[in-house]
Amino acid sequence: MMWSVFIETGPASGGWTIYPPLSALPQAMPGSGMGMTLWLVSMVLFIVSALLGGINYIATVINLRTKGMSMMRLPLTIWAFLITAILGVLSFPVLFAAALLLVFDRSFGTSFYLSDIFIGGEALHNSGGSPILFQHLFWFLGHPEVYIVLLPALGLASEVIATQSRKPIFGYKAMVVSMLVIAFLSFIVWGHHMFMTGMNPFLGAVFTFTTLLIAIPSAVKVFNYIATLWKANIQLTPAMCFAIGLVSFFISGGLTGIILGDSALDINIHDTYFVVAHFHIVMGASAIFGMFAGVYHWFPRMFGRMMNKTLGYIHFWITVIAVYGVFFPMHFLGLAGVPRRYYSNSAYESFMDMQNINELVTVMSMIGGVAQLIFAFNFFYSMFYGKKSEQNPWGSNTIEWTAPVEHLHGNWPGEIPTVHRWAYDYSKPGAEHDFIPQTTPYSQTKGSNLPGEE
Amino acid sequence: MATVIDNDKNTYTGIPTSKMLLWIGIVSIIMAFAGFTSGYIVRKAEGNWVEFNLPRAFTISTIIILMSSFTMQMAYIAVRKNNFKNAKTFAITTLGLGLAFVFSQFYAWNVLVDNGIFFVGNPSGSFLYVLSGLHVLHLVGGIIALIIVSVKTIQEKYNSENSLGIELCATYWHFLDLLWIYLFVFVAYLA
Ligand SMILES: [Cu+2]
Repeated sequence: MMWSVFIETGPASGGWTIYPPLSALPQAMPGSGMGMTLWLVSMVLFIVSALLGGINYIATVINLRTKGMSMMRLPLTIWAFLITAILGVLSFPVLFAAALLLVFDRSFGTSFYLSDIFIGGEALHNSGGSPILFQHLFWFLGHPEVYIVLLPALGLASEVIATQSRKPIFGYKAMVVSMLVIAFLSFIVWGHHMFMTGMNPFLGAVFTFTTLLIAIPSAVKVFNYIATLWKANIQLTPAMCFAIGLVSFFISGGLTGIILGDSALDINIHDTYFVVAHFHIVMGASAIFGMFAGVYHWFPRMFGRMMNKTLGYIHFWITVIAVYGVFFPMHFLGLAGVPRRYYSNSAYESFMDMQNINELVTVMSMIGGVAQLIFAFNFFYSMFYGKKSEQNPWGSNTIEWTAPVEHLHGNWPGEIPTVHRWAYDYSKPGAEHDFIPQTTPYSQTKGSNLPGEE
Repeated sequence: MATVIDNDKNTYTGIPTSKMLLWIGIVSIIMAFAGFTSGYIVRKAEGNWVEFNLPRAFTISTIIILMSSFTMQMAYIAVRKNNFKNAKTFAITTLGLGLAFVFSQFYAWNVLVDNGIFFVGNPSGSFLYVLSGLHVLHLVGGIIALIIVSVKTIQEKYNSENSLGIELCATYWHFLDLLWIYLFVFVAYLA
């Protein structure tokens, strides 16, 4: 895919959704030539690796847990990875089907997606195909895909928020169940991307209903994050800042999802900047903030050194302001009808009023981009010259922090530790410290055991 | 030094990990074919769909693959009973039937071409080639597994204590059998 940037006809330019016939016919635009072929080849490689990785994750989490690590003692991060892998294994094969048929249409002359096309007055030979078929297959993957992007970040944030709040995660079981419900619902909502394809309005109403249902488990997760933070002894580390940032984006991006998921409202703002703003906040910025939280939190585990805190705070504040600065105004562009994917909005008289908003967005995006250089510097500098980390710098319960700082083959010398409790015994009344690692048996914590724990 | 772990023994669930990997893999293959066949239904519902008769050879293929599933199971049972002579015979027979199935599919495609149903043309024909072609591709994977398992059976490497390899091969083979029957019934009767 990177290579396609350097070829004469340029990279694939049909957008990430690669709808045919635009993507299927090299005559449609230069990018649909060699660039599209390279795109599809890299997608095939990506799908294969995602599938193999997903299958591996599922089998590992279910089958190769350490002694005592029952499913309900898994850290939420691992739950999130497991559910993500399940989503991948179920949805990527369908993307494979969509892409393979597109390859056949492009390179072998079949007509799965092509029919009745005239170019320069000449009719193409293709007959009987349906471009809508591609959209169905594509979005059957496409919606689960947004949770494939987002769930790992939510999992990372759960861990960081509980640890840095020094409190048990609120509603552990509800968190697991809501992720499972989100995963299930994600397979029956794909039509909300296709309200404008001439879909039967009744079918549109069905997809609206299933889509709006997702608001329930999502809200459960948000309230659980907030309840965990409530009256907590919050340690505002850079990781915690980014995790809270994720919760903020998840709320503000999620609310606009309710508007877009409604078929009647979506018709007005379809393919405008409103859509761009929605998904860049809810699955773009959220997911990236979750990953930043993960990097700042687990950096000492990965490299045995701490990242610089001050640079972390600077990185966080500039980024959070830049993200809102870019995407918040975009909602208004969208409501005013400015379409997405246009090369130049100033070519249209009616959008000239919006010029100043676009300028603000551009400036903000540049500031945000520059802020990432601070992160890159901090990352590589700390890798070699950062302060040496203790074994468990955040006072964390999960077992990865019990492995020695030096990296050993197999992580632990000798036996893999046995797990005796869940991962969230923070600030337990009667306990000696404000955290009890998962490897501590109940027999050693007589003072803090709850009824039923022995 | 850290202990070396055999991922098939002493697992949390007691299920060998390779077995679990195979089953999850099968689920993903099912999803791919579910994608193709639902695409088939959606596309067919839109009209402009050329109807044609399926070649008789597809029925013969179906019988062949059913028989191969039977011999595969017999080979596995023979291994479980340490009956090496039967195991070898049945494993080789399965391999032969598997190759015969591939041959029969190629023959069926030839008949289709003779009848004027080409890969390039109305999607009704293209879909049939894609479905049967991808199935054969998966079956080639099965045949490679079967060759390895047959060699190991001839070398008497499997016995009642150690039969996971041939068991997994049999599982995948039965899956390919069921998958073909599904595709055949789907194209011939359901859709
Ligand atoms: Cu969606």
